[in-house]
Amino acid sequence: MPIQVLMPALSPTMTEGKLAKWLKAEGDDVAAGDVIAEIETDKATMEVEAVDEGKVGKLLVDEGAEGVAVNTPIAVLLADGEDSGAMDGMATAPAPQPAAAPAEASPALEAAVAAVPAAAPVVSAPPVEAEWTGATNTQTVRDALRDAMAEEMRRDDAVFLMGEEVAEYQGAYKISQGLLDEFGARRVIDTPITEHGFAGLGVGAAFMKLRPIVEFMTFNFAMQAMDQIINSAAKTLYMSGGQMGCPIVFRGPNGAAARVGAQHSQCYASWYAHCPGLKVVSPWSPADAKGLLKSAIRDPNPVIFLENEILYGHSGEVPDDPDWTVPIGTAKILRNGSDVTLVAHSIMVGKALEAAEILAGEGVDAEVIDLRSIRPLDIETIIESVKKTNRIVSCEEGWGFSGVGSEIAAQIMEQAFDWLDAPVARVTAEDVPLPYAANLEALALPQVADIVSAAKSVSYSA
Amino acid sequence: MAVSAKAKSTSARGRTKKGRSKKPVLAATSEELHQYYRDMLMIRRFEEKAGQLYGMGLIGGFCHLYIGQEAVVVGMQAAITPDDAVITSYRDHGHMLACGMDPRGVMAELTGREGGYSRGKGGSMHMFSREKNFYGGHGIVGAQVPIGTGIAFAHRYNGNDNVSLTYLGDGAINQGQVYESFNMAALWELPVIYVIENNKYGMGTSVERASANPDLYIRGHAYGIPGKQVDGMDVVAVRAAGDEAVAHCRAGKGPYILEMLTYRYRGHSMSDPAKYRTREEVSKIRQERDPIERLRAKMLEEKVADDDALKQVDREIKDIISDAAEFAQNSPEPDPSELYTDVLVDA
Repeated sequence: MPIQVLMPALSPTMTEGKLAKWLKAEGDDVAAGDVIAEIETDKATMEVEAVDEGKVGKLLVDEGAEGVAVNTPIAVLLADGEDSGAMDGMATAPAPQPAAAPAEASPALEAAVAAVPAAAPVVSAPPVEAEWTGATNTQTVRDALRDAMAEEMRRDDAVFLMGEEVAEYQGAYKISQGLLDEFGARRVIDTPITEHGFAGLGVGAAFMKLRPIVEFMTFNFAMQAMDQIINSAAKTLYMSGGQMGCPIVFRGPNGAAARVGAQHSQCYASWYAHCPGLKVVSPWSPADAKGLLKSAIRDPNPVIFLENEILYGHSGEVPDDPDWTVPIGTAKILRNGSDVTLVAHSIMVGKALEAAEILAGEGVDAEVIDLRSIRPLDIETIIESVKKTNRIVSCEEGWGFSGVGSEIAAQIMEQAFDWLDAPVARVTAEDVPLPYAANLEALALPQVADIVSAAKSVSYSA
Repeated sequence: MAVSAKAKSTSARGRTKKGRSKKPVLAATSEELHQYYRDMLMIRRFEEKAGQLYGMGLIGGFCHLYIGQEAVVVGMQAAITPDDAVITSYRDHGHMLACGMDPRGVMAELTGREGGYSRGKGGSMHMFSREKNFYGGHGIVGAQVPIGTGIAFAHRYNGNDNVSLTYLGDGAINQGQVYESFNMAALWELPVIYVIENNKYGMGTSVERASANPDLYIRGHAYGIPGKQVDGMDVVAVRAAGDEAVAHCRAGKGPYILEMLTYRYRGHSMSDPAKYRTREEVSKIRQERDPIERLRAKMLEEKVADDDALKQVDREIKDIISDAAEFAQNSPEPDPSELYTDVLVDA
């Protein structure tokens, strides 16, 4: 049977093109791979190769014809032994065909788009966290993090730690103190200074069902590894139709330390929280540091675990039980109040608690919520609080533009607008790279006084 | 197939391994040649069909065809076992077919349908099969190299002697993360074979215009990684080099680099007019070095097959590909609910 040659789509956006030149005439023999025509697309002039072999029976479109739709028959090829009579009854006029042009929305596509709202996932309630009533130890955040890793490494041989100076040096911030001695060089691995490389290597190991803990000496250095974290760790599960889980923890100090300048002082919470496929955790207390890190290590997904250098030495009570964990995705109310809600994570939680004390002295009863997880965000707990206080101040150490507070403000507006008695207020870093000079650094970072002042402002009591 | 050595061997680090390494073979058996012919032809016909479906608007987006490079994956696959892992970048259809993945599932992913390997959510550049130890299918140039190195790390961590076959192109070879990977692989003696598919052009830029030294097999020398340049248009030569590299890795001697000199006949992607090279250059290579034609001629000359037998293979392949194309057009689009699945694994 004669074969119709159709106008091909030659780019992702092409719907029609110009038949610039025929390189074969009627009667010519054509072998698969021969160039038969030149076609001008929306991007370039392309050569069209024959897919089948045969003899050109008829050219259906004139050289120079413009606006030839994709899938229009442009020529007829005769197979071995066929003559032009074989074309009788075939469409030999260039009638445009309605077949799928790439840029056109198919009926199926329209149906799919229409079906989307019905299929949208229900936001699941955050997991329930049991109150701990057992024995506790007083521990620093530093020791709590180390114990979390050690306990999980004892529990599961697939868990290992890698990063710069984590083994023989015992950790740049001494988080991994003693781990090399207990677990050996197979599981506690010093890497070269090669963030992009070892982040990607960790992703490969996680695809193989190991459970890497990748320590960044600080998250500032993880920008070198951003492509592997987002494009490889976060997206591959989806792109593989659910085949390729990536159970990996990326952890290390995040945010400003003290006088280390702009390149070493940045909060990445909103960067990572922006991306589907990642969980983002940023604890404040030693107990949450331990319980959340254990959950992060056990989680089948990539988890970004944001620590804070200044908090490493802070102490608190930590449950004394290797099986105790804190579920990812739950906020915690640290102080009950009725007048205004202060939400914060990491180092800003301490500042919010201090602000609440000052506000109490001035007759404003503040509720303080430690977010603990940035994504999934426990918006339910925040909304319940707003229903009570009708006022909210979001506190974060990062920049305000597109920050965590921006997301909270948007969600509160969408879901609790009628409960607000004042606009949502945001306390954030100033919109500048962090300066070195002590006075300028203090001015750039959000302080307790800023929270107090924002809380008063939303309470119209300033 | 080459005989597997079952004897135990000891790696450079003193760990005893189960040792399944194959001895390098220089000649291939008749059975092997038939298999290579069939596998290469399957890839060629699959890619031609993919190009055709693209032209009909049934495949969207970027689509990078492997036509011309078939001997590389077919020869390398013959050197490994199903327990070894394979990973590559976005010109990946040939690698998947060589790994034994079903042409139907690959084609249906190209058409973005439910029956595709990623249920239509990955596309040409993002396909995977845990069952066949194929780890993608990665769209960012060079990103598969540290991941492939991590797969080798996991093999070592788990104490087995499997290898990681990590493919990259002559474009990727200039990415920084490739050298970060070379360093770690050599430092930790990881069982990874970096197969550089040098098809002479990174999109429209020739190797000579992109690389200060166009010999790519020496790129690991600073790390002590042995490298070899191979005629990537000769499947038997590829297989022999693959055997050597695999034996090196299984013996615990660390990574190995193979530079495959090959050529792609089509543009970088479907929308590449390929004005950076002449028509004559392409035809000359097709006529003189085509891996399938060369093998066909060799088989006829050595009388391991006759014309009728090879024509029979052609017909069988044509049927398989027609069936795959049919399946890929008839498989439904993914259900709208698929939009929200596979973002996270339920903890």
